[in-house]
Amino acid sequence: MNGISYKTQKIIIVFGFLIIPVVLLSTFTYYPAVKMMYLSFTSWDGYSDAASWIGFDNYKEIFTNSELFGVFAHHLPYVLVGIVQNAAAIVFAVILNSKLRGRNGFRVILFLPFIMNAVAVAFMFQYVFDTQNGSLNVLLNFIGIGKISWLGNQSLVNFSLALIGFWKFMGYNMVIYLGALQAISGDMYEAAKIDGANRFQTLWHLTLPNLTKIIQLNMFLTVSGALGVFDLPFVLTKGGPAGASETFLFKTVETAFQFNNFGLASAMSIVLLVMTVLILGVQNLVINGRGEAR
Amino acid sequence: MRKFDLVHYCKYVLLLIATATVLFPPYVVWVNAFKGKNESTNPFAWPKSFLHMDNFIDVFTQASMGTAFMNTLIIIVVSIVGNVLLGTMSAYALGRFNFRGKQLVLFGFLAATIVPTITTQVVVFSLIKSLGLFNTLGAPILLFVGADVIQIYIYLQFITNIPYELDESAMIDGASLFRIYRSIIFPMLGPATATLVILKTINIYNEMYIPFLYMPKKSLVVVSTSIMRFAGVNQAEWGAICAAILIIMIPTAALYLFLQKFIFSGVTSGAVKS
Repeated sequence: MNGISYKTQKIIIVFGFLIIPVVLLSTFTYYPAVKMMYLSFTSWDGYSDAASWIGFDNYKEIFTNSELFGVFAHHLPYVLVGIVQNAAAIVFAVILNSKLRGRNGFRVILFLPFIMNAVAVAFMFQYVFDTQNGSLNVLLNFIGIGKISWLGNQSLVNFSLALIGFWKFMGYNMVIYLGALQAISGDMYEAAKIDGANRFQTLWHLTLPNLTKIIQLNMFLTVSGALGVFDLPFVLTKGGPAGASETFLFKTVETAFQFNNFGLASAMSIVLLVMTVLILGVQNLVINGRGEAR
Repeated sequence: MRKFDLVHYCKYVLLLIATATVLFPPYVVWVNAFKGKNESTNPFAWPKSFLHMDNFIDVFTQASMGTAFMNTLIIIVVSIVGNVLLGTMSAYALGRFNFRGKQLVLFGFLAATIVPTITTQVVVFSLIKSLGLFNTLGAPILLFVGADVIQIYIYLQFITNIPYELDESAMIDGASLFRIYRSIIFPMLGPATATLVILKTINIYNEMYIPFLYMPKKSLVVVSTSIMRFAGVNQAEWGAICAAILIIMIPTAALYLFLQKFIFSGVTSGAVKS
């Protein structure tokens, strides 16, 4: 390549280095997204050559069939638990950001669940939640609480599953908050101290305001994560009991790969995608709006 | 000056509660993985011996975990080599040069991160089938290389911190741009590559749905799907299931404990950026 001018080399490099990633990106992200949009207006069954156009029928089906739209109610426990999870993550991040013996050890342990294999974690909690031999019921038995069917009770199952998410992701949120906390300069704390601020004033007026942006980011991750719950019910409950733990994505996958209704499943995917983008948009609006107000 | 500090003690109490909560499920799994079939079903009762390895041997052979680890390893190695090459190359092209369409490409990579992978499987599935990759290791490899572009961000962030003067002085010496990429940029991206390799290894090792969907063939079992298949037919055989959980968790836990520095830096930088 040495004989060629840098201008030509630049063209070769830019083209040669980007062509594969761009082709892969187009093939596996954008082509499917566009194709999905088209399929969402058809009744394609997944293998026929022709897909018949049915207009907005799939979308009508999603928003009128309570069996489809109704599953969004199953996501609420995940959102609620997710909010508590973020609050806990902030508390522990603030604790671990102070002078403390064994700080790193605690951080390592609290983050540990995040790197664990999700399927193994699911089975681990199946054992914890088991009605007969589960460690949770045995533990509760000590304090006189009878056997609870954690995964078999329709109104409890989503909370039980969401708690697994809490266990797995609290440390992850915490590490992100901790990173943000460590980015606040020590001078500001010095200044607050000189001004005579006590610990809680410092926390309320200095630490938390500096965290708003990252709290919003984490909330976005939490809400979009709650909308995208799939693994846990898929592995643990298969959507049961009586469909009580089915999530929207679970339904989508079932609609496509079990009922071969790829048209409807595509429409459901698009709905989920649009909702994710909307949440992201609202979040950006909130962050930027606040930035201008200051 | 330092008097009894209530807040300070509360911190430790909270931390200990959290630690206990995190370690409780793995502890129960560990205790029960060593129990024989006719030992106590009380999950807190200790096994007769912590050297009782039958469950481990049983589940390792019955769930074909040897094959599972091998397949997982192949997928991880090939995908990550692909990821590192494509990631460093795109970062070099996007981070060092200005050209028409650059913003579009950057936006294309950025917007792709908000499309949840599972939602597009409806279409990707038929795509993989028409490529003849269904029920081959090629399916997950291609998807891990092609559909996940987060590595480009880690690299892009990093490459801006490599001084451009290095490129310039190499050019004065007459080095070709490819040579600059290979001998300066690629090595200097080393720390980012280390972080990426570890995070990706953990991600791919933990991924369940892609191997489940694209490789139902028995010989193409991976770590995540091995325990699903085993537990599907051996329900409530807690001893064996606990042994399987331990076998699966130990490699990532070990990797994490030894290489935590890279993991934490990757997690923090990746998140704060987006």
